[in-house]
Amino acid sequence: MANNTSDSREQHWVKTRSLTIVVLILWALFGLIIPWNAGALNSISFMGFPLGYYMCVQGSLIAFVVLIWVQNWRQDAIDDEFGVGD
Amino acid sequence: MSVDDKPKGGRFVDNLGKVYAMYTLGFLAFFALMAVLEQFGAGARLIGILFLLFTIAIYAIIGYLSRTMEVDAYYVAGREVPALYNGMATAADWMSGASFVALAGGIYFGGYPYLGFVVGWTGGYVLVNSLMAPYLRKFGCYTVPDFIGTRYGGNMARLCAVIVLVVASFTYVTAQINATGTIASRALGIPFELGVWLGLLGIFVCSMLGGMRGVTWTQVAQYIVLIIAYLVPVIWMSNAQGFGIIPHFSYGDAVTRIGELETQIGLAPAVESVPGLRTLTTPHNDPQGGLEAWKMVTLAIAMMTGTASLPHILMRYFTTPSVRAARKSVGWSLFFIFLLYFTAPALATLTKLQLLDPTLPTAIMGKAIEDVQNLEWIKNWSAVNMVAIVDSSGDGILQLNEFFMRPDIVVLATPEIAGLPYVISGLVAAGGLAAAMSTADGLLLAIANALSHDLYYSIIDPKADTRTRLIVARVLLIVIGAAAAGVATLKLTGILGAVAWAFCFANSGLFFPLVLGVWWKRANAAGAVAGMIVGFAVGSWYLYMVYAGGMTPWFGIDHLRFGIIGMPASLIAMIVVSLMTPAPSKEIQDMVDETRIPSGATILGKTH
Repeated sequence: MANNTSDSREQHWVKTRSLTIVVLILWALFGLIIPWNAGALNSISFMGFPLGYYMCVQGSLIAFVVLIWVQNWRQDAIDDEFGVGD
Repeated sequence: MSVDDKPKGGRFVDNLGKVYAMYTLGFLAFFALMAVLEQFGAGARLIGILFLLFTIAIYAIIGYLSRTMEVDAYYVAGREVPALYNGMATAADWMSGASFVALAGGIYFGGYPYLGFVVGWTGGYVLVNSLMAPYLRKFGCYTVPDFIGTRYGGNMARLCAVIVLVVASFTYVTAQINATGTIASRALGIPFELGVWLGLLGIFVCSMLGGMRGVTWTQVAQYIVLIIAYLVPVIWMSNAQGFGIIPHFSYGDAVTRIGELETQIGLAPAVESVPGLRTLTTPHNDPQGGLEAWKMVTLAIAMMTGTASLPHILMRYFTTPSVRAARKSVGWSLFFIFLLYFTAPALATLTKLQLLDPTLPTAIMGKAIEDVQNLEWIKNWSAVNMVAIVDSSGDGILQLNEFFMRPDIVVLATPEIAGLPYVISGLVAAGGLAAAMSTADGLLLAIANALSHDLYYSIIDPKADTRTRLIVARVLLIVIGAAAAGVATLKLTGILGAVAWAFCFANSGLFFPLVLGVWWKRANAAGAVAGMIVGFAVGSWYLYMVYAGGMTPWFGIDHLRFGIIGMPASLIAMIVVSLMTPAPSKEIQDMVDETRIPSGATILGKTH
């Protein structure tokens, strides 16, 4: 363990960084791209709402909450895998 | 008995569930009691006063019980706040008078472009969670400048961070104290200036004796009050008016119906104007794409990055027991914030429909002006000049562009529009006060702690003993609070404008120095200082030019989103200067590596 500490730390960081990048891409999708295209999405109806409006007032918000919880679940798994959880 | 007196490991922190469940039941019982009093003929004024006094008394008791003379407890609540409760405290810290009072009104009048606030003020937590909170918690700092100062090294970086923090938080806190004063003066029937100072007194009671510990436990109590006060009226209204038991999932038809009505009636601009009040001219849901989509998304970006740079939010994550708990509490924070944010658009939509739709009994549009002026709620709000009716067409019938309203009152007036009992209005006032007070607490503490810890202790007098440090911290708290209240009484800016500015000051100066401090080992002190100074200066210059200097905004980037100009300037300056100067030392690079893993000791000592 002592020998490959810096190696395993390196891997831990690579995995952490990849997870963060995926999260940020999804964040941009729900926080920027979908709100930008709300007008086009409004022609679709979802639960009685115009979809673009729904995403701006509920859908993206729910996605953010889920995103954080899923990221934490994955990050905890990464930390445990390398034995650096606290 | 004080929290201090009890042995460590037993007591308060272990019984949180019981304590706050009792508190919630107590508050609901108080609400029921007020409803009964109203049935027995108690006046609206009396109920309003009782609501405010009861809630402030509770916060004061919690503040007193949390008093402390320990540095760790004063600055970071002893780092023993469980994730769930830190989530509630953060939600109260976060949701200010602007979220509680102004957000739904903004959606009512602002339509699609305004939804940038809704998306921005929630999506920002994804950035907090993935880029900032866990790493800052691992660092073990007391304040945000503490991180900047240690990561980059040198007092210059620390000082720059303190300056940005003070400017951003002070801009924010004046708006909150303004809101506190407005609510207190309206409910207690006292002049606005007196309301401001009374509100400040309440804020001090929460934060002075217990520092972060006192603020944490009062904020949890304030969150419970504010979320009940926001949800109960909307759900009650929805049931009373037949919009469904839980309106959130079923108001889609109302959105469509408003769209039809708007086309039918037409959104003509008002012929005359009433200062401070607005008529409805923006469609409820009609995004045009192009410039409008650009404005919506730039507002969202400015608010999201601002969220991730505001020190009073980031410092809440220093109070959890572990890195994992810090992350978890970001998840809880956003969940608790979400409960209010997904209710606000429902409230705005249903209130608008009630006023517009001629088939509903509450409608006022298209009715005879004489009848409308005799409605109880129109009379009440006209008397304080927050609603006005001007028959500019002279036909005696109320048109959409003849009805003027102050956007801030939509939440406060909704119970009256729907004909709910007055006890609901008292509840809403208590909720608004809790929202404004809890945010003001957090902000004042962020400023005072930065000045006492980073300026006084770290730069001016590193040998100061604990007692002196904590006394300095409290004296600063009083001085800054008084200064903020003094500025608030001048009423320089509206609530929402000041809040947006605070976000932009914070992201212009702090966003990239914080992010790159963790994510780019090559970033050095010179780069960070350049990033803070250039970002902050460019952002401030742009704000001045657009707001007061008469410059035409570039690409429609107005004063509410000046961080969109400040941030890139900050990023470029930081990268260029970092690369032109030597890389940071081995120790600092190792420190960054250490920050990136949750396990092990914090970078800074337990009490530093």
